Amino acid sequence: MAEQVFAYIKHDQGVADDSALELIVAAKKIYPDASVTAVVTGAGSDLDTICNEMAATYNAVWKIDNDALAYPNAEVVRKALVNILPADSIVLLPHDTFGMDLGPGLAIKMDSAFVADVVDIEGIDNGTLKVIRQEFSGMASAHVTCDISGGAVMNIRPGVNQPDESKSGGGEVVDKSGEAGDLSTKRTYLEIVEAEAGDVDITKSEVLVSVGRGIEDEDNVEMVFDLAKAMGADVSCSRPIVDAKWLEKSRQVGTSGQTVKPKVYMAMGISGSFQHLGGIKGNPFIVAVNKNPKAPIFQVADVGIEADILEFIPELTEAIEGL
Amino acid sequence: MEILVCVKRVPDTSENEIEINSAGNDIERDDLVYSVNEWDNYAVEEAIQIVDKVGGSVTVVTVGDDESEEVLRREMAMGANNGILLSDDAFEGSDGKGIATILKAAVEKGNYDLIMTGAQADEGAAQVGGMLAAMLDYPYASLVNLIEAGDGKLKVGREIEGGNQEMNDIEMPCVLSIQTGINEPRYVGIRGIRKVASVEIPTMGASDLGVDAAAVGAGAAKVKRVDYFVPDMGEGAEMLEGSTEEIIAKLIEYLKAKGGLK
Repeated sequence: MAEQVFAYIKHDQGVADDSALELIVAAKKIYPDASVTAVVTGAGSDLDTICNEMAATYNAVWKIDNDALAYPNAEVVRKALVNILPADSIVLLPHDTFGMDLGPGLAIKMDSAFVADVVDIEGIDNGTLKVIRQEFSGMASAHVTCDISGGAVMNIRPGVNQPDESKSGGGEVVDKSGEAGDLSTKRTYLEIVEAEAGDVDITKSEVLVSVGRGIEDEDNVEMVFDLAKAMGADVSCSRPIVDAKWLEKSRQVGTSGQTVKPKVYMAMGISGSFQHLGGIKGNPFIVAVNKNPKAPIFQVADVGIEADILEFIPELTEAIEGL
Repeated sequence: MEILVCVKRVPDTSENEIEINSAGNDIERDDLVYSVNEWDNYAVEEAIQIVDKVGGSVTVVTVGDDESEEVLRREMAMGANNGILLSDDAFEGSDGKGIATILKAAVEKGNYDLIMTGAQADEGAAQVGGMLAAMLDYPYASLVNLIEAGDGKLKVGREIEGGNQEMNDIEMPCVLSIQTGINEPRYVGIRGIRKVASVEIPTMGASDLGVDAAAVGAGAAKVKRVDYFVPDMGEGAEMLEGSTEEIIAKLIEYLKAKGGLK
């Protein structure tokens, strides 16, 4: 019998998250012949829509319909999964703000191993799975082994597996709602507060000069605006700049900020965490300037310059102004 | 409110170039600058601000060796009232679950309403808070960027995708993992550090905590790092070389060609 792997399908009112077609690819890196079951929680007709869509890709779909699951509160989802999944299951989740909320606790409750933010899977040998992770803000990669004999919860980094568009699953939707059990929790979802719009909509910008931690001081941010003005570009930034309150949240590029799709992206003093890169779409021409030659941004940039942006930016600005 | 904040001493990635050692089994640790994990610093600041409003005390705890005492002292200089060092040879090589097991024992030695961790640390796993909550059977919320204290419960905001915020009510006792940006951590000067330099920080080992040494450490770890390696970068960036003038001239040619100059 084929080995069974479960993938939790994240969706927003029936619309699948990108991870939905990526997790099956990760599952097949664990067991090439795996029978992969999509587990989908929600309520009402939206849930049926997404379940039917997933049946085309997955070998089976387990539907868990309950009003308590209308919004995916990880505490509620965890209780349902613990009640429904067989012991020793291998469960895949996306390593996003939901997967981080759910995965670690789910692994404890299922008494199984947990591996976070898996970027690749090498395969299995004698009940031990070998995967690749990154540490130190992406500056070092590591092989990690995981004893999966008692089951495992694995959070898979979004975007590292190409989506399976083949629709070769042909699974049946099985209604598991009756097995969800008691879903009462001590954390209650209230509402989503939408991000405030800023004075510039960087999602529409064609050229972005994006500034990161390398700018070092609030007083230096002005030089970035000078460069952007010379180029006819807008200014965006990475997370530490917003945390320091030097620029408004609406200028932050990344999974927890804006998703941008410029033609040219100038990453100035940005190391390039996966959360930051996750906010850059549309394959722009990326220029990276960083004084650390090991910065992960140089792996994805088209052109790299090893330099201190505090010295480089004013010189570049002057040169462009002189054109 | 009695608050416990779990902190960790980590290599400061903004101050260091991380290099892998020649054996490939660790990073080069000589000359590394260590500091308190950035996320933890926000957690401690938040705890201090809550206690300033509603009363109570803040305790900081870490699993580590003698050198980890310095991060406890630093957070006490910020304003945490107590520090506890959890240290034992049996703890070495623990995976996330092992660390959570040790912290759970420390939580049960106290009487805390709220336990906080940083959302993640140097390994980028974001796992210990969620594991600890599940072991304690406390409710959990991760990536918290807003806390409003209420009666027996908290209103918390979680940072989710797209800069949106997910609001939740959560009953206490609970565990929260704290996201950066929730506040502006206060500056700690040399005077602040001196003030707490002689404060005694108790150390607790496996037997003090009642932790079964076989349940933690390398022997119990189901998840183990085998080695560090430099990934095949593929093509990577074309690095521009030469004098600054030459580099800028080349860059401007690229920008013109790619539509980067208007």
